Amino acid sequence: MGAGGQLPLGALARLAWRNLWRNRRRTAIMLLAIATGAWAMIFMTALMRGMVDQMVADGIDALPGYVQVHHPQYRDDPNIENSLAQPDAAFRAAMAAPDVQAWTSRVRVPAMISSARDSRGVTLLGVDPQGEIEVGFDPADIVAGRFLDSPGDGGLVVGRKLLERLETDLGKRVVIMSQGPDNTVADRGFRVVGVYKAQLEALEETFVYAGRDTVQAMLESGDRISEIAVTGYDYRNVAPLLERVRSAAGDHAEVLPWTELDPYLGSMMKVMDGFVLVWIVVIFMALSFGLVNTLMMAVFERIREFGLMQALGMKPAAILWQVLLESLMLLALGLLLGNLLAIASVWPLRDGLDLSIVGQGMEWFGAASVLYPALKPNDLLLANAVVIVLGILTSLLPAWRASRYRPVDAIART
Amino acid sequence: MTLTFRLAWRNLWRHRRRTWLTASAMIFSNVLLVFMISLQFGSYEMMINNTLRAFSGHIQLQMAGYNENPKLRNSIADVRTVAKRVRERLPNAQVAARASGFALASSEERTFGIQLVGVEPDREPGVSSLPGLVRDGRFLDDPTAPEIFIGSTLARNLKVAVGDEITLLGSGRDGSFAAGIVTVAGIFESGMQDMDRSFAELPLTYFQDLFAMDGGGHSVVVMLPSLDRVAAAVTTLRNAPDIDGPLDVLDWEALNPGLKQAIQADMSSAWFMYAVLIVLVAFSVLNTQLMSVMERTREFGVISALGVRPRRLAGLILLETTLMALIGFALGVFLGWLITLYFNTAGFSYPGMEDFASRFNLPGKMYPSITPLSLVLGPAVVFVFCLLAALYPALRLLRLRPVDAMRTA
Repeated sequence: MGAGGQLPLGALARLAWRNLWRNRRRTAIMLLAIATGAWAMIFMTALMRGMVDQMVADGIDALPGYVQVHHPQYRDDPNIENSLAQPDAAFRAAMAAPDVQAWTSRVRVPAMISSARDSRGVTLLGVDPQGEIEVGFDPADIVAGRFLDSPGDGGLVVGRKLLERLETDLGKRVVIMSQGPDNTVADRGFRVVGVYKAQLEALEETFVYAGRDTVQAMLESGDRISEIAVTGYDYRNVAPLLERVRSAAGDHAEVLPWTELDPYLGSMMKVMDGFVLVWIVVIFMALSFGLVNTLMMAVFERIREFGLMQALGMKPAAILWQVLLESLMLLALGLLLGNLLAIASVWPLRDGLDLSIVGQGMEWFGAASVLYPALKPNDLLLANAVVIVLGILTSLLPAWRASRYRPVDAIART
Repeated sequence: MTLTFRLAWRNLWRHRRRTWLTASAMIFSNVLLVFMISLQFGSYEMMINNTLRAFSGHIQLQMAGYNENPKLRNSIADVRTVAKRVRERLPNAQVAARASGFALASSEERTFGIQLVGVEPDREPGVSSLPGLVRDGRFLDDPTAPEIFIGSTLARNLKVAVGDEITLLGSGRDGSFAAGIVTVAGIFESGMQDMDRSFAELPLTYFQDLFAMDGGGHSVVVMLPSLDRVAAAVTTLRNAPDIDGPLDVLDWEALNPGLKQAIQADMSSAWFMYAVLIVLVAFSVLNTQLMSVMERTREFGVISALGVRPRRLAGLILLETTLMALIGFALGVFLGWLITLYFNTAGFSYPGMEDFASRFNLPGKMYPSITPLSLVLGPAVVFVFCLLAALYPALRLLRLRPVDAMRTA
């Protein structure tokens, strides 16, 4: 440790620590400022992160899947004509890979649902209930009745809001009309066997679930399917999974990751990552003026002392280090306080922050009305690193000035 | 007074660097606040205007309960007469009658369930921007013609072009079977997904015949010259005896609860950020002023021994802070105004914003709106908080004891 000039780093640190507390009130105010800044950085980031993470997670569950396979024309024209064959043995084998969490195939067509009272346009999903649960449908969301029990189930599961709109009820019959191949109108009566709730009312009004085999029989479409949904383990890094599904599905199908299936969700995540950094830097800048000011004052009132130390043989580098250490201690202490404060304020919110007063507004953003703050180690690290690194850089100026006084001039100053 | 002022001004510049650093903290946050608040106001305004202009209008008259639960049965008996009465009450407003329902639309190849709205072809362009967003063909022009104006995604999904026929199937108001064949007059592209995918307009009279509405409709839409006239217009309509009765007068907030709440949610997170910035600046001021009081303890001791009241000393500190805050205010507002002015003409955007913005009916670029309020609001709050922060150091002077103070090294 030659950096300390002639004094060992330990002695310099002790000196810095004592200097820090020579003006208790000033140090305390600065500590409070740094702690408030760090708290705001971390707390706000945790709230925003929580909102976006949940939006993305809910969005992926609603798609569902990290990656979907479609007929190339399907997304433009979601007709049963634009369908795929049931996945073959080779595809099934490829989906046994460890980075695939689950997959399922489904029929998904626009349809009209009619009760005795009203009609609505919906999206009819023909699903394999087991696979559907594996890729994201939560059976706990069933608020009445039951979920489907097999691909051949003849029942229908609808959203809570849709049930209300149709003025019908569990156990009642509804008619679903859709379009089979060759523009024939296919219709079938269904009994409502289950009602589900979703985070967003729009989803409750849009999706109705029926057995895959039942829907295929109704549409007279053989074993054709509309899409394959695959989930993995890390939605932020979806490229390897995308590659795997792409090579398994072959060239004739369109394979897309969730970021392209729902560009709003994809851009939301990117915008969020950018926002976190901008927010942290802005808060730091607001802090930095006070930091420089405090250090400048601390240096200014000690000019004589610095001169004396140099006259006694302390090297300028040691003085520079001493001021930097003082700043580092101030920053570290402030950060420690701020981090503890942030953790303490996120903790009571772990069961969710109820935002239902602006629930419809949150729905506009595509977010749920209960917000679960997400304190990510990475964000925590980023906030602390930014403050320490930029803080030390900002302190270089006062530290450098302190080390540059000529001993004689400095001592002569009153 | 002038003496105190000169004293304060000189004291301020005894520590040039410290004063400028503290003022810089104010300038920094003021510039940021001016820009952010102007951008916020600008985007809210645009969001509201684009959303209201697209379809909902500023005010709608509907039957009670229709807004929550739009049923074909719950209709206004003679919708055109109601519209006429509204027009008489609000001579400056654009007013149009509408009816809406749901039907299955089939082309030769495809069938989709869609939302159908019957509109008055001559009035609708006054209350909605949709008729102006024609991509192919034209907007409706004959109130009785069997014509339809559909969204671009719907046209693509149905595989129809202008001049093609679409069969509509639904049920009428009396429960009868409603069926008709209409010709595509025009195709619109609004950029709003739901609108483009599952929405179509028909001439009102034709709609009424198709759905056995017997002259009825579901809403009277009012578009005013500007948003700030909404409250007055709502009061006028609510007090009109021949209009109110069984009808609900709904303003844009009631018609778009999501819009209002999205703005509120966004505002509350923005206010949190602004508050943090302001508190940090206040800390900075507190520290500076406290230092400046403590290093002058001796001086203040002498002055008060000469007979100057402690209250005047406290006033001096507050005056110094006020001067510093004024510098921060003036420079902050000026620089903030310059930056905002630049983005006001050039537009502001960041990567990924376009995907994001279209969901909120916003264009890819945002234009901050410069108003006296958006310029002054943030900096004024900063100003007040800086003065509050200086209260503690100033009040300490009230307890100053000259003898002890003069002994301080």
